[in-house]
This record gives sequence, structure tokens and C-alpha cells, in this order.
Amino acid sequence: MRLLNRSAGRLSRHRRGPIAGLLVLVCGLLLTGGMYAAFAPAQADSNQSQEELVKEGRELFLVGCAFCHGQNGEGVLTQGGSQYGPALTDVGSAAVDFQVGTGRMPMAQPGAQAPRKEVVYTKDEIAALSAYVGSLGTGPQIPDAELYSTDGMSQKDVDELVSRGGQIFLANCTACHNFEGSGGAMPRGGFAPKIRGVDSKHIYEAMLTGPQSMDTFSDGNIPPEDKKAVIAYLNELNDAPSYSGFTLGSLGPVSEGIIAWVGGLGILVGFAVWIAAHTTRSSKKKDEAAA
Amino acid sequence: MSDAHDTHSPQGGEIVPTGPIADPGLPDHQWRPTDVDPAKEKRAERQVAILFGLSAVSTVAFLVAYFTFDIGDNWDVIGGFGASTMALGLTLGLALLFIGVGVIHWARKLMADHEISELRHPARSSDDDREVAVQALTDGINESGIGRRPLIRNSLLGAVGLLGLPAIVMLRDLGPLPGKKLYHTIWGSGTKQAPMRIVRDGIWTPILASDLEIGDLVNCQPDALHNPERYGIDPSEVEGVNLQIHKSKASLILLRMNPGDIKPGKAADGSSRANWTVDGIVAYSKICTHVGCPISLNERTTHHLLCPCHQSTFDLADSGRVVFGPAGRPLPQLAISVDDEGYLVAQHDFDEPVGPSFWERDYYER
Amino acid sequence: MSVDVSKVATTNGSTPATTKGAQRAGAIANWADERLGLGSAMKKNIRKVFPDHWSFMLGEIALWSFVVLLLTGVFLTLWFDPSMTEIQYNGSYDPLRGVHMSSAMASTLDISFDVRGGLLMRQMHHWAAMIFIASMMIHMLRVYLTGAFRKPREVNWIIGCLLLLLGTIEGFTGYSLPDDLLSGTGVRAADGFMKATPVVGTYMSFFLFGGEFPGDAIIPRFYAMHILLIPGLLLALIAAHMLLLVYHKHTQWPGPGRTEQNVVGYPMLPVYAAKAGGFFFIVFGVTALMGGLFSINNVWKLGPYDPSKVTAGSQPDWYMGWPDGLLRIIPPWETHLWGITISWNVMLPILVMPPLMLMILMALPFIESWLTGDKREHHLLQRPRNAPTRTAIMVALMTFYGLSWAAGGNDIIAIKLHLSINQITYFMRGAVFIGPVIAFIITRRWCISLQRHDEGKLLHGFESGVLVRSPEGGYAEKHLPLPEGQAYTLTARDDDPVPETPEQIEASGATGRDLRARKLRARLATLFFADNVQKPTAEEIHEAQHHAEHELHELESQIAAGPNRHGPADH
Repeated sequence: MRLLNRSAGRLSRHRRGPIAGLLVLVCGLLLTGGMYAAFAPAQADSNQSQEELVKEGRELFLVGCAFCHGQNGEGVLTQGGSQYGPALTDVGSAAVDFQVGTGRMPMAQPGAQAPRKEVVYTKDEIAALSAYVGSLGTGPQIPDAELYSTDGMSQKDVDELVSRGGQIFLANCTACHNFEGSGGAMPRGGFAPKIRGVDSKHIYEAMLTGPQSMDTFSDGNIPPEDKKAVIAYLNELNDAPSYSGFTLGSLGPVSEGIIAWVGGLGILVGFAVWIAAHTTRSSKKKDEAAA
Repeated sequence: MSDAHDTHSPQGGEIVPTGPIADPGLPDHQWRPTDVDPAKEKRAERQVAILFGLSAVSTVAFLVAYFTFDIGDNWDVIGGFGASTMALGLTLGLALLFIGVGVIHWARKLMADHEISELRHPARSSDDDREVAVQALTDGINESGIGRRPLIRNSLLGAVGLLGLPAIVMLRDLGPLPGKKLYHTIWGSGTKQAPMRIVRDGIWTPILASDLEIGDLVNCQPDALHNPERYGIDPSEVEGVNLQIHKSKASLILLRMNPGDIKPGKAADGSSRANWTVDGIVAYSKICTHVGCPISLNERTTHHLLCPCHQSTFDLADSGRVVFGPAGRPLPQLAISVDDEGYLVAQHDFDEPVGPSFWERDYYER
Repeated sequence: MSVDVSKVATTNGSTPATTKGAQRAGAIANWADERLGLGSAMKKNIRKVFPDHWSFMLGEIALWSFVVLLLTGVFLTLWFDPSMTEIQYNGSYDPLRGVHMSSAMASTLDISFDVRGGLLMRQMHHWAAMIFIASMMIHMLRVYLTGAFRKPREVNWIIGCLLLLLGTIEGFTGYSLPDDLLSGTGVRAADGFMKATPVVGTYMSFFLFGGEFPGDAIIPRFYAMHILLIPGLLLALIAAHMLLLVYHKHTQWPGPGRTEQNVVGYPMLPVYAAKAGGFFFIVFGVTALMGGLFSINNVWKLGPYDPSKVTAGSQPDWYMGWPDGLLRIIPPWETHLWGITISWNVMLPILVMPPLMLMILMALPFIESWLTGDKREHHLLQRPRNAPTRTAIMVALMTFYGLSWAAGGNDIIAIKLHLSINQITYFMRGAVFIGPVIAFIITRRWCISLQRHDEGKLLHGFESGVLVRSPEGGYAEKHLPLPEGQAYTLTARDDDPVPETPEQIEASGATGRDLRARKLRARLATLFFADNVQKPTAEEIHEAQHHAEHELHELESQIAAGPNRHGPADH
């Protein structure tokens, strides 16, 4: 029951039309049904065939995605002619795995940019959705783990990979995502999100598919081995200790300036007030006390 | 102290708050608890000594931390932080703070705290002093005769003034003259046989047009920086400082977009830029025309390129037009084509200087 | 100097060692005085009086952080190699191993990773630099807002402004030395600024960089400026600043017994020396704590400078933030005329505004004394409220500064507050003009209302918080007269001068330029002092007190007669 209520609540916030109430009800019911359908067989048989996965994904898609992206992922245009939900026919399964796997989709409301948030679907559901959308046309597939994982590599090879990855990261990624991967601003309210602490797979998929307004870094642009290097570098940043103390959000000179003024100068002025303050006084006279 | 002759002096006339209320004078001194109560005095004394003692303990801890915690390629880590830096900072900071706080506590509680009053004197010298000083100066000048001998005075002034010139002239060799260096980049160093290939920055591999998908943004450099022999360039020309100089002008971004989105503009000579692209791939200088930051913050959906330094925004589908921010000129576009092997190459150098504006920029002739 | 040995002897028993020690000290003092004449210098200064107030210690923060900068800076020079020779990094930081970089960057990494305490010293140096400039700035605000810049201290004000300028240049050159990505981006921008200079821009750039940007000369040249030239100038100016401070004696707040002719406070030895010395350790200690706890400029993550690389959030250090902010919000103005290019979009924010601001700062004391005709010496401070227009001018300047500064962080504001960079920029373009005006008006009126509040306290006493009820049932708060000391302090201020009237000027027979200048001055002075509240006269105070006493008596007698005998008025 709780699950149902939560889903209904989430949907109701961005349905504004006159049939919103009805839609919410229908969606909620369908979603519950879909979830049940997703859970039950998944537990019974985890090695579904690709065909079954696609079919299941299709059902989930109709419930959760079709409202914006169209019944067959062909996209929906607004009355003004701009995109309401873009076509998904050639985005590939990697895009779905990234968007849904990081909680960006389904969006809370149509807007400039989908922020990362709590993931709504289960792993199996995401696999099904990805499989379905992947079956609609071409587009990058979900990468295999060996493309982004350094498991099984020797320490020396990893070190070399990290060092190479750092340079590729600085040449291609830091301009938007900041040198610590803590994100940055883009035109008209857009932003490049923080990319630290993100799954290696999702980073790989993001490079491959160019989510939201990001450029794509296809395999013809940055070869897979170099993508792996970038990911290895980011993981190194995650794992490395903070040699220099608290990082203050890793935003560079702005946060440093705030600390210098508020922390440094603030404390010193506090000390100055203490130094110059008058000490407590006694009502006694020294002579009396001595006497 | 009375300066009746100068009305502007602090003592002159009506100034100095002749307020409606008479100055009650300095209030009587009040004793502190530590002055009158020997127990409190002892306590304060102990507190100060304890603070100094804590400082000594912190200093010892600093020395221990210095020799205990490893740095280099094997940092000791405590709670995700480099142990050495943090421990050294904390112990040193506390050692200093305890001394500081102790001394001030001492001053506040135990040192005599009678306020003393000291008289001020006007900043100006007394009239007598002035008179003597002026007299001395006049005497000195008169004895030198500089006022009476304009020939000597003027020739000396001229000679000393001229000595300023060597000071300026000697700075001449700080650097070479600009010449035409700012008007050219290494993109123009390709030949008919070997047109300058565009390679991925940091990966240094050439790019086939078919490698790129719509929406791809590639940060690029000229092949000559990595492979100078191919273009008949001496390797020393692209090493060290020269490499940095070339990069600061030649850095390039490639963007593949839907060919229908591109609005070809006009080249410097008035011809169309229609054939400057390859299958929707456009190439622009990566150096901002405002103050020269490298820019590659592209919005795939709008083809708007943003500079992270001062937010100039350029439309890459529309000849690099400035759509927002302080930059005064469009981003220079590089004409590209493909060579015999299908790799992307520059047709020729940029047809305008790249990077920030400068005074004589428009005196541009190729 | 005679040495009092009576106490020394008693506390140490009767062994002759102490007496010998005292004799030895005396002998050394004698030796030194016979050669250096220290006695006469010390006679005057060793018990020199300094008044005590927290706001008088802001400049001290700057002084002590400068000392910290010297100490940590010397430590850094022992390892730093100011060379742009390209080498392959092979130090301890794995992710950069094998990367080509300048020796400057590599030695910065070595200081951070291979010298114990090196990273701490680097961070302390950087934090101290930020605090150095910040404390100079608030010290300057204190001096201005309290009127301490007035005669005879104008020269010291100018020295202070120069110190602020030099400190900023010192900061920028230091920021550029490690040759990391952020500092290189800053130098790149500086190259753009130079090239935008009319006529000689490219020549200046080529001379500074020893050729085309980035060249291999800029870091050694900045290094020489950073560790020799500018610190030398800073030291000289700081010495001059302090000497003038000693000569003029410190200003003080007015109060009972504190007049224009004296200075009341603690003697240099022991109290002031202890407090100042202790504060040095505190500034040093706080800097060390910051250096150990908070990371600043993690160069290893930024990597070496490469003209093709850049990072989001490319900002200068805070003190360069405001011109950078103006640089962000200026519209794309660039003029192409007869083959020449004039880059207003760089010149106005960088080459015009900062020097203009400095000029305005330096001119403020002279503008004010011209305007008010006040040529007297001042040693008593004014509360900011008692010079409403002056206070408002500084708050307007601060508002302009603050808004420009915020514009310099527009990208960070955008992501942290989920706003659009574009909207912030459009807003700031208007706000930097409108904001200072609004701030001026509000501050001025605020000051005047505070003056009125003070006048009210003087004439009608302070609100005692005691409510009394009259027999009629009405409530009133009992006002009590201010204690004498407080009342005196409030009145211990000058009346504003009365500007010349046009008739007076005409009558004086002035003509031509002199006439026009005096008329302008009179008009401006009228505006400057308009609506200010002058302190009440002795008669007014007397009358008000009399009136208040009368009222109080009446009230009390009514209460005594009425049913409410136990009213709070009994207290």
C-alpha cells in the first residue's frame, strides 16, 4: 500500500490537466500491476529470455514513460512544436540504463534538466525498460563490466591508466564538471552535475549517450580504453584520502574565500573583541582587601 | 602648547568639544578580582601556567606527529584525511594558540591595568623649529649657488633626466617584438602533400569523419604538435615552451551536428563558409575571444558554447556568433576537409587571429 | 637605566649570583646605550600609551598575518623552483607520474607530497595571504567609518591604500607561481588584459612574458617580484605606516577624560606588548589550524597548466573577485575603427575600474576636508552615525564592491541556488548601478535616525523598562536620565560646520573661478550635512532634565496618593 501511495503522490505533482486525477488513478493501478508482473517472474526465473524482457519492458514503458515519450517511444511534441519528451527510438539501452538507473527518469516535472534523484525502478525493471527501448532501434548498448572495471589489472597498469585518464579528464571533462568532478553551471539555468561517487557504469553510459545537454563522447570520439582510463581516474579521486584537510565542497576559490572571511577573519576578530574587552571588576578596594 | 597664532591648530579657538556637558574626567580605577583576592590571583597564575604547559605538550605532539606520520607515496590516513598535514596543523596551531591565549590571559588578569593618560602634541613642528629649518635650507641652497648659476642647474637637470632613458631602454630585451606572431597558428603549417591533420587532444590519434556521431564534441590539437616530422617541422619547435605557445593558439574543438542546423556565415574575404564543414562537423578555435580562456562547455541541444571564466556564450551552428556575455567577437572558425585517407584536416590556417583582442588586430593581412 | 634588585634579591635568597646577573644586565645595557643611545629613545616609547578597543586591532591582524607570510614564505622558498623548464614528474603523487610539467609545478607537488609539513606550510601561506588582504580591508573600513583618516593622518591613509594595492599584486603573483591549471588560467586572463591595453598592449604582453604567451619567463619574473620587490616595498611602507602611527599617537573614542589633547590607555610595556605579542601567536595559531584543517588550492588535482585545458569554477582568489565580476557582467562592447580594436569589454572592468576605485579611496580624505572646510587635527573618533553622508558613501562603495564580487561568483551562485547564470548576469548589470544608490539613501537615513535616538536619550533619558500606571489607568514607561559618563560621551562630538551662504560668498568679493568653486563647495557641503542632528545645547539639556524631573515627581506623587501603592515605581 505504501508503495502505491508513494507512486501516486509522485505522479500527481506534475499532472496538471483536467484528466489528471483519472490518469493518476489509472497510472497508479497500472504501475502496481506492472510492478507485480515485474517482481513475480523475476523471482521465479531470473534468466528470462531477451524477448520476455523486452515484453516486460514494454509494459513498464507504457505505464511510466509513454505519457511523455509516446506509445512507441516516438516522442511527444508540445503544441508549440518543441519537444515534450524526446524520441527514444535510437537512444539505445545505455541511455535508459543511465537515465532511469540514476533516478533522472521519470522526471518529477517537465523542465530544462532532469536532476539526479532517488531511483524509482528496481534493477530488474530497469533492465527490462532498457531492453525494450534498446529494441526500438540503434544506439549504444549497456556496456559490459570489463569496459569500465579495472578488476584483474595489475597495480602498475592501473597506475598508468589513472595517470592517462587524468589528462583525458582534464582535457575533456573538467571544463563543465570541475577539476574535482563537483559540477558547474551551464547557460540558462542548466548545470553539469557532480560526477564524483557515481557508478562507473553510469559514467561510461553518460559519455556514450550524452544525457540531457551533454555532448556525446562516442567510441569514435574517445576510444573505450580511454573512457576506462577516465573512470579509473575518477575512482582514484574517490578513493584517495584528502591529503589537505576538509575540501569545502571542492568549488575552488569561492568557497576558499568564504572560509577565509567567515572562518579565519571571523575568528580573529572574535579574539580581538576578547583581548580588548574589559575584565570583570571588583567592588572592593585593594586597601580594604589587604587590610 | 598654546598656538594662538594658528587658528587651525587643535588648540586654536572654538574647536575641541566644548560640549553642553562638562567632562567628568577619567573615572576612578576599579580593581579586578585578581587584584584584591589572593586566591583568585593564584588561580589566574595557575591558569596561565597551565596554558603554557599545554602549549609545550602540543609542541611535543607536533614533533611526534612529524616523525610518526608517513607522507610521500604512502600517506598515513586517519578518517579519510592525510594524517600528517592535519596532525601537524592541529598541534602547531594549538601550541601557538595556547601561548597567545596564555599571554593575553596574563595581561588581562595579572598585569597592572591602570589606564595612563599621555598628552598629545600637534603634528606640526613648532614655529621656532620651522624657522630654523627654513633658515638652514636657505643657507644651504644659497651656499651651493644653484639659484645663481642656472647653467649648472639646467645642465645637471638635463643630464640626470637623460639618465632615465637607459633605465627604460634596458628593459627592451625583456622580450621580442610581437611582429606577426599573433596572426598565425600552426594550423597553417600543413602542406599540399600533408595537410594538417586534426588529432584528439591527449590521445593524439587522427579522426575519421565517420568516427563521430551527431552530438560528439572532440577536444583537438594539430597533429604537428605530436608528429612534427610529418610536416617537415623541427621537433624542437613543438617542445616545452613552444608546445605551450602553439597550444595556446591552436587548440580546437570539433562538433558534429545535424548538417541542416548549420547556418554558414561569411569568411574574412567575403566568400561563404559553406564548404568549411565535413558532414556536419564544424571546427572552432577553443580560445575565447574575450580574454583567452579555453572553452569547451557545449550544450549539445543548442550548440551553445560557454566560457567557464566569464560566461561568454557562442553559437557554433551560426559561425560562432556571440549570444551572451562579454566577448566582443565570434569564435574563429577553422575550415576543414578530409585527406586522402579520410582523416579530418585543416584546409588552411584560421583567417583571423585567434584569442583575445588587441589594438592592431585588424591590420591583418595574410 | 637603574635596575631594581631589591625584589630579585629577596625572591632568590641571598646568593650573590643574582646580583651578579643584574650587574651583568646593567653592564650590557650600559654598553649598548653608550653606543646606540637607546635610553632616550626608550624613555619616550617604552611606556607609550595605546588605547584599547577591539576595532583598533584589525590592522594588527594584517601585520601579524604578514609576519606569518614571511615565515611560511621563507620555508617554501627552500624547495620551490621557479622555473618553467619542462620536466617529467616522477614524484610521489601517482596520478600525475609521467606527466610533463614545469619545474615550478613539480616542485610545488614535491613540497606538498615529499616534504613533511610542506603541504601545511603551503596552505598556511595561502590562507594567511587571504586573511592579510581581508584584514587590511576591514581595517581600512574601520579607519574610514570612524573618521580616523582626518588630519593629521591623511598620509597614513594613502600609505594604507598603497599597502592594499601592493598586497593584492603580491597575492596575484603568488597565486600564479605554482603553474597549476587554475593559476595558469589566471595568467592567461592577465595576458588578455594586457593585450587589451590601447596601442602598446601586445608589446607589454610580449615583454612581460618574454615572447608569446605563455613563454618561459613569467614565473621566474613573478617570483622575483613576489619574494623580493613587492615584499620589500610592503615592508618599507608598513614601517612608515607604523612610524606615523607612533608619531601621531593612536586615535581614541571620546569618553570621560578622553579628549583631543590626550590619549588614554595601557602602556606599551607590559600590557600592550603582551596583548599585541599574544595576538601574534593567536593569528599564527589560527592560520596553522586553517592550514591543517582546510584544503586550499589542491594543485595536484588541477594538474599542470596547459593552455588547452580549463576547469569549471575558474575563479581568482577573493581579492581579485570584484574586477573579475565586472568582467563577467560587462556587455560585449568592442569598437573596430580604422583598423584598430578597442576592447571596452576588458578595459573598463580591469584597466579603468580598479585604478579608479583606488583613486577614489585615496582622494576621500581630501574631498571631505575640502567640502567641509575642516582643516583641524582630529584625534577623537566619530561614530559612523555622526557622519551620515560619509558613512553612506562608504556603504555605497561597499555595495558596489560586494555586488561586483558576487558577480565574480555567478556560476557558483547559479548552481548552489539553482538560478540561471544569464539571469544573474542581467540582474547584476542593473544592480551595480542601482544597489549603491539605494544603499546610500538607506544608510544615510538610518544614521540620522540613530542620531535622533541618541538625542532622545540625552534629553529624555533612557528607557528604564519600568512601567508605571497612573491613577487614571494610563501606562507610561519611566525614563531615567543617562549616567553622567554616558551623557558626556554622547555629547563629546563636534557640531557640523555651517556652510557658507551664497550671500556670504558674494559679500566676500570672490570672483571668477574662485566664486564658482566656493559656491559649488557650499552647495555640496549643505547636501553633505543636510538633516544631520546636532548635539543639544546645555540649555536644552538642562531644560529637558528639569522637565523630566518634574514629570517624574508628579507621576510619583500621583502614584503615592493613588491606590497602586506597590507599583513598580517604588523600585
